[in-house]
Amino acid sequence: MTFIYPTDSNKAHPLPLSPEYKSSIKRAPNKPLIPMRHTLSELTGPVYGHETVRQGDNDLTRQHSGEPLGERIIVHGHVRDEDGRGVPSSLVEIWQANSCGRYVHVRDQHPAPLDPNFTGAGRTVSDASGYYRFVTIKPGAYPWGNHHNAWRPAHIHLSVFGHSFVTRLVTQMYFPNDPLFPFDPIFNSVPDEKARARMVSSFDLENTKPEWALCYRFDIVLRGQNATPMENH
Amino acid sequence: MQDSVKPNGITPSQTVGPFFKYGLTPNGEYAWNDAFTNSTLTPDVTGDRVRIEGRVFDGDGIAVPDCMLEIWQADAQGRFADPQDKRALPNASFRGFARCGTDKDGNYSFDTIKPGAVPDPEGKPQAPHILLAVFGRGMLRHLYTRIYFSDEAGNAADPVLALVPTERRATLVATREGGKAVYRLDLRLQGDDETVFFDV
Repeated sequence: MTFIYPTDSNKAHPLPLSPEYKSSIKRAPNKPLIPMRHTLSELTGPVYGHETVRQGDNDLTRQHSGEPLGERIIVHGHVRDEDGRGVPSSLVEIWQANSCGRYVHVRDQHPAPLDPNFTGAGRTVSDASGYYRFVTIKPGAYPWGNHHNAWRPAHIHLSVFGHSFVTRLVTQMYFPNDPLFPFDPIFNSVPDEKARARMVSSFDLENTKPEWALCYRFDIVLRGQNATPMENH
Repeated sequence: MQDSVKPNGITPSQTVGPFFKYGLTPNGEYAWNDAFTNSTLTPDVTGDRVRIEGRVFDGDGIAVPDCMLEIWQADAQGRFADPQDKRALPNASFRGFARCGTDKDGNYSFDTIKPGAVPDPEGKPQAPHILLAVFGRGMLRHLYTRIYFSDEAGNAADPVLALVPTERRATLVATREGGKAVYRLDLRLQGDDETVFFDV
């Protein structure tokens, strides 16, 4: 094993206990996490390739017989590490509400229409440069009962595997200039303003397809490996 | 397309929320193409087959029905299905990764094999263990823990278990039930008997 991942990078993450987000109150550990050196177990990680991803799994608008309702969008970007290196062969999974703000999940009770032509789940594998791309529908905002008049900003959930188990990331991609940002305790659970900004995609006119779909760019940054080699085994 | 500017930090974590099951976890109510299962078993895998079961509880002792657990482990010879592990893997199709959602009562289970010993950074063997990542609604970042096995003498000398106060070590050790190859480990996200989670 040759590299370790600096733990300082983790300071960008939210604090587990973020009382404004009420569900975190009983689910955040009380006791401090125990620091440990990375072993081979932490420094390796699952590598998934196309054997689990079918052609078309990255196009959420083509999973049913008809076209889903809503704004068709392209979401694309690079999976990179914090040193700027592209992360190839990384499985990227997404799930999201439909254009009305309703998840297909059986327990989503928001009285907005379900779309028979939209499941809201997709996956892809990043290419040799770490590039990934999805075609989907812009999700709607939805109410969630955390506090009076609580609405989640429109977002797409993303799950990403880097090259080790310690680079595993689940995050949410937001859309630029959402008026709900100041009121959302999940978005604001990230204390650092610059880190919060890294969860917001940018409108990408250059890659917008005329007469077809707006485009948003979302670059995902995973923890990077120290340049200093560790002991070899 | 790719700019060469070094990013100014990593993308922060956010909760998986309550509604991930149709997109991520296997054996759910959805016909969607599952990429994962809660089993690592493959036809060519060698080693002792075991089942790990348990429940997940919050700080009030209430079962957590919207958790997702992921495991990552070596094969029975202590080797990882990862290109960074250059040692030959005899179990050619063994991946070492599995994913499970909790059910309405907080139950989870994994079918796998008992992993072999993996070296620590000094090259000394660690006791057999499985890495476990816990995701869930209300959890803004996933938590890392380990699963050890109650019938392994090597636990006493394991360098990671040694970092854990003695009275908390049991939260990492799955208990073998009867004569069956079934191990039980409950997870507690908070409280006096909270599971040990690691800062990695």
